[in-house]
Parts: sequence; C-alpha cells; structure tokens
Amino acid sequence: MERSVVFAGFGGQGVLLAGKVLARAAMDLGLHVTWLPSYGPEMRGGTANCTVVVSTDPVGSPIVDAPDVLLAMNGPSLDKFEGRVTPGGVIVVNSSLVPRAVTRKDVGEVRLAANDLARELGEPRAANMAALGAIVWAIGTVPLEAVKAAMRGELGAKIGEKAAQANEAALEQGFALGQKTNLGT
Amino acid sequence: MERQLMTGNEAMAEAALRAGCRAYFGYPITPQNELLEYMARRMPQVGGAFVQAESEVAAINMCYGAAAAGVRVMTSSSSPGVSLKMEGISYMAGADLPVVVVNVARGGPGLGNIAPAQGDYFQATKGGGHGDYRMIVLAPSTVNEAAALTQLAFDLADKYRVPAMVLADGMLGQMMEPVELPPFVDVGSLPPKPWALSGAQGREPNYVASFALDPYDLRELNRRRLARYQQIEAHEVRWEEVQTEDAEVLLVAYGTMGRIAKTVVRLARAEGTRAGLLRPITLWPFPYGPIRRLAQRIPVVLTVELSMGQMVEDVRLAVEGRAQTPFYGEMGGVVPTPRDILQEVKAHALQRGKHEAGVRPA
Repeated sequence: MERSVVFAGFGGQGVLLAGKVLARAAMDLGLHVTWLPSYGPEMRGGTANCTVVVSTDPVGSPIVDAPDVLLAMNGPSLDKFEGRVTPGGVIVVNSSLVPRAVTRKDVGEVRLAANDLARELGEPRAANMAALGAIVWAIGTVPLEAVKAAMRGELGAKIGEKAAQANEAALEQGFALGQKTNLGT
Repeated sequence: MERQLMTGNEAMAEAALRAGCRAYFGYPITPQNELLEYMARRMPQVGGAFVQAESEVAAINMCYGAAAAGVRVMTSSSSPGVSLKMEGISYMAGADLPVVVVNVARGGPGLGNIAPAQGDYFQATKGGGHGDYRMIVLAPSTVNEAAALTQLAFDLADKYRVPAMVLADGMLGQMMEPVELPPFVDVGSLPPKPWALSGAQGREPNYVASFALDPYDLRELNRRRLARYQQIEAHEVRWEEVQTEDAEVLLVAYGTMGRIAKTVVRLARAEGTRAGLLRPITLWPFPYGPIRRLAQRIPVVLTVELSMGQMVEDVRLAVEGRAQTPFYGEMGGVVPTPRDILQEVKAHALQRGKHEAGVRPA
C-alpha cells in the first residue's frame, strides 16, 4: 500500500509544515515515508509545494508524477496540479481562496474553507492543519490521532497549549468535513 | 534508537559532527545549502571551527590545513562547486591527507540546474583532479544511509589517509526521511595521527606536502600510495543485492536510481519478470567482482543512471562480455518513474525469451 500527497500553496501558507506533520505521523506509526519539497526558484513569490509518500514498503521514488491526493491552498496550485492527480484520487480545495471548482470528473473534490475555519477557531495560522485534517481523511491509512500527536510534537513547544488545542480542533474539523463530503464515487 | 525526520543535507552534517568532524569549510550552492547552514549553527556547539569561505577553492584549501593538523575535516558543495575543489583534492591525495567531501550533485554540465543528477560519476571515480590518485566514493540511496556513509567516510579517510567523497544528489539532499543517527564518537578516542603537524616539540618534525622533485622519490611515494589503494580495493568494496538469486534481468543502479530500481524489482516480479538489483554502495572501489559473478548466470545486466551513461562503463568492464549490457539513462535532472524503467526491464526480458525460443530479432 502506497499513498502519495502533493501539498501546494503560496509560500507562508504552511504547506511544507502540513506535509511534515503527516510525514512525522507516518514515521511514528512505523511506516516508510518520504517528504520532498520543491526547491526551485519558483519558491520565491510563487507556489510552494511538497510531496509526501507514505507506504508499507520502502519508498522507491519520492518524486510523484500522479499523486493520489492533492491539497490546493490557492488558485495557482489548483491550476498547476489538477491535471496530474491520479484518476480516482481526491483534491482538497481551500475554498476560502479558490472560488473555482475542480473541473475534472474523474477525481473527488473536498471543498474546505480552511482560512475561515481557522479564523473561527481564533487561530488563523491553523488553516494548514484544517486542510491536513481533510487530507488525512482522504488518504485513509493514517489515523487522525497519530497526526494530532505529530502536530503536537512538531509545534507544541513553540506555539503553546492554547494554539495547540486550536490546531487540534482544526485537524478534527477538516477531517469531519471530509467525512461529510459526498465524492460521488 | 530514536528515529527522526531530517533532510539528507542535515543528516550528513549531523552525522559528520557525531563522527568527530571538528572543522568545516564551505561555500553556498543549491541544493546543498542546508548542510552548510546546519554546520554554521551546530559546529560552535561542539567546539569546532566553521568558516564560510570566500570560494570553493579557499574552502578545500582550508581543509588541507585542518587535515594536516590532524583534525577530522569536511567540505561540501554541489557539482559546479565540486569541480572547483578538484585541484585541492588532488593536492590532498598527494599529501596523503584525509578529508571528507560531500557532493550533493545537480544537473550539468556547466551551471546546469539544481535538480538531481548523476553526471559526476566520472569526476568522482576516475580522478577529477590531476595526477595519479584514487578517492573513496560512497553513494547513499536514502537519508539514513547518507548519515551512516558520512560517518564511514571519516573512518575510511583516516584509516587509509585518502580523500573520501559522499556522492549524493539534490533529491537526497532535499528530501526528508526517518533517520537513526549514529552515536557520538569521543574525539579523544580516535586513532592517533603521528604524521600530523601537531607541534614538533620533543620529536622529529613531520613533513606534509604533495611535492617530490626527484622522480625516484615521487615514484616511491606513489608506490606506497598504490599499495594502500590495493588494500582499499581488497577490503572496502560494499554493495547491496536484492533478489539476485533467480534473476533473469539484473539491474545495476546506485544512489537515487538504486532506490528507484528497488521498486522496479518489486513491480517486475509482481508482473512475472524475475528482476534483481545490484546496488553499488562504494563507487570506488567498484564492485567488479560481485557483478562479474552474477553476470556468469544472468543473461541481461541493465545499468540505469541519471546520466548519458557513466557507471555503465565500469559495469561492462566487470561483465567482460559474459552478458548483454544495455543501458537506460535520463538526463538534465529528470528522474524517471519506476514504471518508465519497468518497461525497459520487461522489453529486455521479452527479447531474451524470444532469443531463447530461437526467434531471431527482425
């Protein structure tokens, strides 16, 4: 079993961190995992992205042409990566910033207002964790509890208990929204 | 041991510190910058020397000085920067000085790009600098192995008094994977270096240089060096084999391509083609013997590289006509998918099957 995710957005939206939290959760579960950032000049002012591959076997290539799951935190990311998602895969779209819907008919779409959700939780920086919650649901092989623990391991000491709780709530609500979404497949 | 997520660049830096590296000299270049940054932060914490030099040439010559003083020393760069270090590496080989050089290789030639590539194999293994010398070259395929081989590079460099290179690439440098870091070495417990320029009070002065004007003197030095190189070839060849026992097609691939080839072996076998893999871990000394042994019974030895074809020349030297030796390569920083290579493996297996059934190629 191998699942791949591309996390994409503007630099500063926390997509690299969201990917790292997922990778850490997979590591803590004893799974094989790779995390590969885009490190080209596109990072300056353009889109940032990372690819996470989670597998029960050693991961051959951390470079993935057709990810199973895509997180599009902004419009340019959806434009760039929509065509690459593997048929039958899932795209999580941050509808706070991306007005348009996914145009492909062979992939599922989860529309999640990540920035609005985070703001309502009193922690605007938690938008990436809300999105990660939906991603965790879409992957289906990494338990949410492990991701919450990994988030605390990665961030807990830096952001304090109140913000950590808000991030946990964001993860839970993102996951719950995924559960409620009818992908029509 | 605790596992942690680290990039290859960070893991190689931390492993170096744990191996007792107490001097680092470097100059920034993508995709190895995180190694230099990590050293800038961590080296003062362990009481060592970090200098961001004015150039790659300066950095490698600072390594010469530190190595001559007996310190475990490292530099790192990426392909164009490593080219600039070649003169210094030759001088260190000529002065019998241990040093570890990390090359987080990128697309080339020239300025090329910053994507992963394996076009520096010839430079690393065939003497990128001038003169008659050898350099140990270790090729990790995972972040965990990058850490382990960095530590090994220090031990081998010291043991044989030679430069040692860790040849990685942009993908291995930038990616994160779980890593179990090697333990901290007590610097005081490392084998003594009686040849080092440690202060001559109370003993005969030592002489460290790569200069011997008299041809007979230089011949003698080179003969001693050759004897050490032969020791390395006899004792330090390292490689990994994956499902070679019953293979009908043997893949040979190192580093990033080596890990991708492992997936290819799994996919091929799931589809009924008996593929196997030999992954060289030391590129020099090269595993000629193990490849030759396998080529005696495996009819197709397919070399896969991120280059026009460089290591394939060593594979063909090893095989010496015992098997077919096709090549598959990608260039310019493009990394093929396991499926791309799988097609190649299946095509060769099919061709072989037809040949054995007596069908002549059209």
